[in-house]
Amino acid sequence: MCEGAVTDLLAARWLFGLSLAFHIVFAAVGVAMPLFMVLAEWRWRRTGEPAALDLAKRWAKGTAILFAVGAVSGTVISFELGLLWPRFMELAGPVIGMPFSLEGFAFFTEAIFLGIYLYGWGRVGPGLHLASGALVAASGAASAFFVTLANAWMNVPAGFALEAGAAVDIRPFEAMFPPGWLHEVVHVLLSCYVATGFAVAGIHAFYLRRDPASAFHRAALRIALGVGAVAALLQPISGDFSARQVAATQPVKLAALEGQFETERGAPLRVGGWPDEEARRTRFALEIPRGLSLLAFHDPDAEVKGLSGFPRDTWPNVRNVHLAFQVMVGLGSLLALASAFHLLLLVRRREPSRRFLGALVMLAPCGFAALEAGWLVTEWGRQPFTIRDVMRTSQAVTPVGNLVVPLVAFTLLYLFLAAMVVVLLGRQISHPAEPAAATDGRGGGALGEGGA
Amino acid sequence: MTPAELLAGALLAALVLYALLGGADYGGGVWDLLASGPRRAEQRRLVEEAIGPIWEANHVWLILAVVLLFTGFPKAFAAISIDLFLPLFLLLGGIVLRGTAFTFRTYDRPDPAVRVRWGLVFSISSIVAPVVLGTVVGALSSGRLAAAARGRTPLAWLSPFPLSVGLLALALFAFLAACYLAVEAEGALREDFRRRALGAGVAVLAAALLAAALSAREAPLVFAGLTRRGFSLPLHLATAVAALTAFAALLRGRVRLARAAAALQTALIVVGWGASQHPYLVVPDLTLAAAAAPDATIVPVLWALAAGALVLFPALYVLFRVFKGERPFSVVDRGR
Repeated sequence: MCEGAVTDLLAARWLFGLSLAFHIVFAAVGVAMPLFMVLAEWRWRRTGEPAALDLAKRWAKGTAILFAVGAVSGTVISFELGLLWPRFMELAGPVIGMPFSLEGFAFFTEAIFLGIYLYGWGRVGPGLHLASGALVAASGAASAFFVTLANAWMNVPAGFALEAGAAVDIRPFEAMFPPGWLHEVVHVLLSCYVATGFAVAGIHAFYLRRDPASAFHRAALRIALGVGAVAALLQPISGDFSARQVAATQPVKLAALEGQFETERGAPLRVGGWPDEEARRTRFALEIPRGLSLLAFHDPDAEVKGLSGFPRDTWPNVRNVHLAFQVMVGLGSLLALASAFHLLLLVRRREPSRRFLGALVMLAPCGFAALEAGWLVTEWGRQPFTIRDVMRTSQAVTPVGNLVVPLVAFTLLYLFLAAMVVVLLGRQISHPAEPAAATDGRGGGALGEGGA
Repeated sequence: MTPAELLAGALLAALVLYALLGGADYGGGVWDLLASGPRRAEQRRLVEEAIGPIWEANHVWLILAVVLLFTGFPKAFAAISIDLFLPLFLLLGGIVLRGTAFTFRTYDRPDPAVRVRWGLVFSISSIVAPVVLGTVVGALSSGRLAAAARGRTPLAWLSPFPLSVGLLALALFAFLAACYLAVEAEGALREDFRRRALGAGVAVLAAALLAAALSAREAPLVFAGLTRRGFSLPLHLATAVAALTAFAALLRGRVRLARAAAALQTALIVVGWGASQHPYLVVPDLTLAAAAAPDATIVPVLWALAAGALVLFPALYVLFRVFKGERPFSVVDRGR
């Protein structure tokens, strides 16, 4: 391969990775935030608490901003699949088109009922309004479900045969549910609720430290942290299930994420450490004897296949995968710990202390950091393949050159959008609560305030 | 009819709906930019209120079209992605800026200067996106995207005919939007949009004539479709009747009838494009049959589409019923 092609492959990977890393945040918020917003409205309809209504409306505005960015950045991904990886889509499109088609309908439902929810305050009956919100939450989760199925297929391709570089004998429903689909879907869905729950909880904890009496922020914390904590406590169980599935279906990925170079019985679990691909060992790790065999196979003496058992040119970047995995597990454990503490407070009917609120503020970005790290684990861990053992990423890339140009343009665009989202969300949250009488019956309050 | 042809029909239907719904949202951006006269602020506010609740749902038709293309016609998706790399990235830029600027304007400070700034981003990207989209369509049917040169001529799409189709798309979407907005407005504001619709209708006619003239030289298949194939005459007649009806109805102030006729005219133009380039997906050498995925893929997707439609259309009806009044699709103008 000539130098230009190498640069272009790298630029394509950066651009696609950047687009996904950006979109994934908004996608995760789009799964969890509608649930929070509906829970707030439901609470208001049940108790009549004005703070809950205010909360539902503010969260709806935040959801509107984040959903719009998610919708357009998702469009970028759907086009970039072909723009950057035309050979991949030529092969994979017919095989995994089914989950993408169904995702299209889930996205339709999401967009339609979000429109009704946001602009329908006072225009539609209370039942339809609440049901619209619930449908947004459900179809957001369905979207994530279908898209993750497509990713699961890239990790463990199934449901087709390869003949002269093309997919034949396609069985769409077998491809839709490849081995290991369940663990990935569960893990991804839970991560959306954990990440969004802790991010939202952290923001409200920040304001609650300033104004401990605020009914608004207390209601917000209860809902966001409640959902986030339950998901964060389920996540280690789902993680254990995932590790065993990955061990069975993607042994190279397991070896890379654990930094396991040699095949051995009673393999240790490595916490931290720095994998050295040249020396074929992981240095500086805290090793828990037999830990890996126990976790991956539920048997302390089980044999774990190391990277040496696979051809060198099928290894992913072991250092990156291992480190990303450590970040994900470390942050996930931290969040699970905080969640257990929160539930303990709930059971004892104690208000969160100032110190715990401070901890929540510090933990606010950790859920999303863990989510991004987990996404990197599964994507980096599949390299050098885009479809495991079927197509290498270098075979999938477009022949179009100068990919650095769109890379730079979209990097700037994403930076601009991220900055704007932060500013606008900050404005939504920090504004003093509007009196209930001033609400004009619309989700977008600014709408009624006159044009330019 | 083969399953692949059925799926191509569904793809074309999604594009027709995208033009009718998503296209009109772009047209709204045009009228935001061109807002003028004593009711400038009211015009902008009407555009904003008309688009706000529905643009995201309308946008999904494009996503559906993309998904159907890569599922059902993967070779065409790959070829189009390579040949039209640059315009498609431009389109994405337009789509991203249009949607985000529109939303940011709604939720940013209601300060007029801030709103004007977002409004400019929104309206300019609302113009860029349809021009590029039309250019893409024009390039696909022009015959300039030959397989032999694939990946080696990044500017093969750039020539007068595709650009004229871009202009036609822009004029058509502005025309549609003005007709829709005339129905949603009342009194003097309705008059504003009725006059704008007439102006945009003239622009549609001019752009269509320009594209037709250029097709004689640059897009033989389209020109043949316009002049001498079996469906040419009836399709032309139907389109002409729809266009004349729209004009007459606008002149007489029957805006609901004008809206329906304008929508029919747009649908016929998109269908006419599809019919002209049949059986090619990418002229001159990628046919529908050659690009199609195996039936094992296409047949289940057709069933999924049918099942999805059962959920989708009632939901869409609810959306339009809530935000577009009691008779969201009615043709009859009454109670004037």
